[in-house]
Amino acid sequence: MPDPLLSIEDLVVEFKTEDGVVHAVDGVSYELFPGEILGIVGESGSGKSVSTLALLGLIPQPPGRIVSGTAMFKGRDLLRLKKRELRKVRGNEVAMVFQDPMTSLNPVLTVGNQLGEAINTHFPDEKDEVVKQKVIDLLTLVGVPNPEQRYSQYPHEFSGGMRQRAMIAMAISNSPSLLIADEPTTALDVTIQAQVLEVLKRVQQETDAATILITHDLGIVAEMCDRVLVMYAGHIVEAGDVATIFRSPRHPYTIGLMNSLPKLTEDEEWLEPITGAPPSLINLPPGCPFHPRCFLARERCRQENPPLAPVEGSEHKSACHFSEELIGRKSKFSEAVA
Amino acid sequence: MTEFTRPDGSTGLVPTNPTIAGAEPLAPDGGIDRAVETTTEAGLELKARSQWQYARMRFFRHRLAVAGLIGLIIIFGCGIFAPLVAPYGFAQFDLLHTLQPPTTAHQHYFGTDTIGRDEFSRVIWGVRTSMEVGVFVAVASTIIGLIIGAIAGYQGGWIDNLMMRVTDLVLTLPALAILLAFTALVGNGGQWTLSFILVLFFWTGIARVVRGLFLSLREKEYVEAAKASGAGDMRLMFRHILPNTLGPIIVNATLAVGVAILTESALSFLGFGIKPPTPSLGELVADAQSNPDQWWLTIFPGLTIVLIVLCVNFVGDGLRDALDPQQRRVRA
Repeated sequence: MPDPLLSIEDLVVEFKTEDGVVHAVDGVSYELFPGEILGIVGESGSGKSVSTLALLGLIPQPPGRIVSGTAMFKGRDLLRLKKRELRKVRGNEVAMVFQDPMTSLNPVLTVGNQLGEAINTHFPDEKDEVVKQKVIDLLTLVGVPNPEQRYSQYPHEFSGGMRQRAMIAMAISNSPSLLIADEPTTALDVTIQAQVLEVLKRVQQETDAATILITHDLGIVAEMCDRVLVMYAGHIVEAGDVATIFRSPRHPYTIGLMNSLPKLTEDEEWLEPITGAPPSLINLPPGCPFHPRCFLARERCRQENPPLAPVEGSEHKSACHFSEELIGRKSKFSEAVA
Repeated sequence: MTEFTRPDGSTGLVPTNPTIAGAEPLAPDGGIDRAVETTTEAGLELKARSQWQYARMRFFRHRLAVAGLIGLIIIFGCGIFAPLVAPYGFAQFDLLHTLQPPTTAHQHYFGTDTIGRDEFSRVIWGVRTSMEVGVFVAVASTIIGLIIGAIAGYQGGWIDNLMMRVTDLVLTLPALAILLAFTALVGNGGQWTLSFILVLFFWTGIARVVRGLFLSLREKEYVEAAKASGAGDMRLMFRHILPNTLGPIIVNATLAVGVAILTESALSFLGFGIKPPTPSLGELVADAQSNPDQWWLTIFPGLTIVLIVLCVNFVGDGLRDALDPQQRRVRA
């Protein structure tokens, strides 16, 4: 196994609000290896975005606060870098693609201008023609047609899919070794989603950047990712490679997530939702945060929060006291993956 | 139930399999983009316009604004080229033709005053002075207000608090009283002293506008995206946020020209502004008080003030409509 590119240890992020302290990320640890695509799934507010935004110091502080944790990236702890050092990392070694391409481009600057600036920020001495050529090459790479013409257009002249391509081009402009895509397709409609994912995948192969793909779409995970982390209420509840998790999920929440998706090959009258509502992050239930909604829950779950422990080999981990009981339990996806 | 034929020839209930089972790999230049290209070929392409081009279009569609602009160009043009336009110097007197009503004889279009100075020339030189004061005050106070507002709005926290309290303090000061006290102190100063004092009071309005804009714009996603790509504070403030605030700033600066000219006139009228013999419009009106029967001495400079301020406000209105689409009235 190669050395991890990024290794996050015990990350805790809190937000102070009027109503109390929100425990957005509560003791998250994971590793990312060079060249892999790691998916992070979970419902809204499960801490998937916050856990990555923290890496780049993009959490507004206050009200946010990184309470503890380390994030070792190429021998440095990203969480302890000074503001100036962090700026050199952002957009250079670690780049980010945001969720909504409609609002992530500055309306008053041309697209070419903004992409060029992403390069100029880190290489201020680069000649203008070189930068322009590079931007046009990048636009070509992400499949923007007529890149020369598109270069001098404004964001409002781009469609949503084209804008997201431009955002991806911007993210990879300095060949980052870590690319974070925060729900890159959520704001796009389905046909465009497929195209953008295709671009993302090609770009990932081209640059060989390790990629963290944050999404709540298990379909995207199945298609794109090598490994996946399932997050719930600020905790990682299951981790492992995609095929294993889809074939034999070992956490009740993961099973719930999968079963709540419609199956395209059969006529289904009803979907199976996960009962209950996500817990308040201000006032987490004692014990396992999932127990109020869990079909396996019993007394122990109410008292003891299960650690993320290996279930099959060291790769597949689950945070459930009774994960053995889930052996052989199939999700809707089991056959599809097998 | 209708079945779709998929691009690969198979049939199914949906045109293509959504993401889960391996989406139809669309070539990046396929689908929608190709449609765009064909329309280009067919000559249906929309002319691409920048935001400034749209703003210009909107401005020139605004009739009053264009009229105001033309008026300003004529009046300020006279001021700028005063030595060429004015038939006489502002202090040139002619004791043989005193208190003449407007006439074309000797080019005394606006008549003459008690010592035979040509009122037309005096008004033109007065426009020059008032214009210099107005533009200087508008530009200088905009720059100061911009910097203070930008820092306060972008940084937030205690910096914002401190700067805004100072701004509030300046706003609470009774401007006229302080101006009068100040001129009494340094004596009836020249036009630059007056301009600096005006700037001291004028920056607050712009600072507050800019601060509000920065406060809301710094939360925009494109600012965060720029931050995530490594942009520093300066770059975020002046390259990403500032261009988005230029509309309201330009509108405010334009209107400030009018207000500054009015204030200058008022002060000069009270005798605390620009020192004779340099004519300013307010001072000309004040002068005319001693000759109430010679209507031309009051009407022409007074009318010029009204015209300038009116034109400035028309232009400001047009700019607001053009640059600040959120405040724009819906126009058919």
